[in-house]
Amino acid sequence: MNWKREEPEAARALVKEIARLVEGPLRLMEVCGTHTVSIFRAGIRAMMPPGLELISGPGCPVCVTPTGEIDRAVELARRPEVVLLTFGDLMRVPGSRGSLAQARAEGADVRVILSPLDAVAVAEGEPRKKVVFFAVGFETTSPAIAWAVKEARRRGLENFYLLPCQRLIPPAIRALLSAGRTGVDGFILPGHVSVIIGRAPYLFIAREFGLPGVITGFEPLDILEGILMLLRQKKEGRAAIEIQYRRAVKEEGNPLALGLMEEVFRPADARWRGLGSIPSSGLLLRDGFSEMDAVQAFDLPYEEVKDPPGCLCGEILQGLKRPPDCPLFGRGCTPEAPIGPCMVSSEGTCAAYYKYGGISA
Amino acid sequence: MTGKVLLAHGAGGRMTHQLIRELFLPALGNEVLEALEDSAVLDLEGGRLAFTTDSYVVKPLFFPGGDIGRLALCGTVNDLAMMGARPLGISASFILEEGFPLEDLEKVLRSMRQAAEEAGVKVVSGDTKVVERGAAQGLYITTAGVGLVPEGIEIRGSGARPGDLVIVSGPLGDHEVAVLVARGDFSLEGEVRSDCAPLNGLVEAMISASREIHALRDPTRGGLATTLWEIARASGVGVLLEEESIPIREEVRGVCDLLGYDPYYLASEGRLLAFVPEGEAERVLKAMGDHPLGRGAMVVGKAVEEPPGKVLLRTKIGGHRVLEPLSGEQFPRIC
Repeated sequence: MNWKREEPEAARALVKEIARLVEGPLRLMEVCGTHTVSIFRAGIRAMMPPGLELISGPGCPVCVTPTGEIDRAVELARRPEVVLLTFGDLMRVPGSRGSLAQARAEGADVRVILSPLDAVAVAEGEPRKKVVFFAVGFETTSPAIAWAVKEARRRGLENFYLLPCQRLIPPAIRALLSAGRTGVDGFILPGHVSVIIGRAPYLFIAREFGLPGVITGFEPLDILEGILMLLRQKKEGRAAIEIQYRRAVKEEGNPLALGLMEEVFRPADARWRGLGSIPSSGLLLRDGFSEMDAVQAFDLPYEEVKDPPGCLCGEILQGLKRPPDCPLFGRGCTPEAPIGPCMVSSEGTCAAYYKYGGISA
Repeated sequence: MTGKVLLAHGAGGRMTHQLIRELFLPALGNEVLEALEDSAVLDLEGGRLAFTTDSYVVKPLFFPGGDIGRLALCGTVNDLAMMGARPLGISASFILEEGFPLEDLEKVLRSMRQAAEEAGVKVVSGDTKVVERGAAQGLYITTAGVGLVPEGIEIRGSGARPGDLVIVSGPLGDHEVAVLVARGDFSLEGEVRSDCAPLNGLVEAMISASREIHALRDPTRGGLATTLWEIARASGVGVLLEEESIPIREEVRGVCDLLGYDPYYLASEGRLLAFVPEGEAERVLKAMGDHPLGRGAMVVGKAVEEPPGKVLLRTKIGGHRVLEPLSGEQFPRIC
């Protein structure tokens, strides 16, 4: 559907219909950070009728990366033989011994890349260095990371390493629901992740927990329509996983991308900030690729680190608290001097509240 | 101040403001510098002098639509023009890295000369230093400029008043996207050219049309959002923007979508924002439309009494959001 021209009218109609369907208090969780930002940028929170609350979930890969993983990356970056490559948002996440940005200011070779394949190019161009890619991301990014690993192998690079820190979304939703503290009435499910994984991995939300979910696109009108579809299910007493983002998401996802991930990675238990260790929620390199695993190659033990005192990122990632509830929000913790990762990432809930909050918070 | 200089200190947002407030102003401050206007205005017998300086460290040195020389000349001319000053002369100071190709230097100087001719101004003073290889990235330029503010002209960042209309002179963000693409870090491709241009001619045309222009500023680092926030704060007014009317090219939007950037924070180097009383706006818009650099001029919002110091954006779908100043650097997002 081309919405561009009729956008304001279409939005008004959707908002009206949403208001008509809201009966009691209702909490809908947008799992994905891109949704959070889009909701703020379009001012959608302020357009919602009283009683309908949109809460942000654990869908920002930077935010859920625990401090211990940041520490490992910083420690690697400080080694003189290492070039550490990272996606930009991770640069400023504070570890317990400083951030990657601080390491860079002190002389470490830390570079920002946009695509995992860029990491392969750097490794090829700097044969005397050990090039480590700090691989953070969800199902959206992991196929491209798998491709980069295979490409490094194909080119015979012996100086390419992965610090694997990818996470999977459905196990995190399961962990949230199993903990039973969040009190969510339905899920706005991530569009990009679902392009890869399709609809099936979410079915447990409806079957086991009796809650509706709608896989939703990122344009403001997509989000309004996704909310409306959730409300309709509620109204009709249904709980199903539906797809609003039909123009991009196929029922079965992207088998090619899934195949790549499957070939290179195996699921493993992984630590999430705020959520603790979640079974089968991370990805590690399969045996055939394990010589590229930086944790093994550099012998990096994992040290458990406590979150900074006062920081509520963990609760915020679970939708238990809102950023303004945090004693540090906007006082000790700002995007310039972040304490918790939710304030660092452009898609972090706290950063979104801080940057776009104002009257729409 | 302890710690080290970080890249975000140069991004034009809050950290730049903090650095200026906490380090530069305590050391160098005086009532003229502390006004933090685009140039200093000094009282002279028979007129007022505008005086400004700026350093250029752009990477890469050459990009579609310009280079560091054109940028250094236009940036300083524009800072003068934003005070309504007619540029009288520019100084340029060059820090060169050992080994920098003379051919490239010549290209930069020619382009600087070309921009100076477009602006009708001369580089009247200069200096060159060379530092050892590795101590600089090719070439840095610092320019300074003086200009004369005509009698009766009172244009300043603190001059906006409730009821003023906010005009932009053309599509925003072309410069930053052109530089980003040229930098090659992100394997981006695109046709966007920098908007880098001297704006003094456009400003003169606007002033000829109306003596009532209250505030002018060029949305360079920090973009539309940060620049309007500066004006709103300095003037004690609110600014209400209509997202629908803000001109941004499709290609620029595309790059922003890819990197997760917000286009309202992208730098332009040949665009201006004007606060003009409603009754004068038509005349000013007409004058801008008749000038090659103002053809895309349009009203994007207005100044209001409440809430003072804030910039509000009415989104395309009818929601509202606050535009805060740029925080840290904009980084590409990762998913």
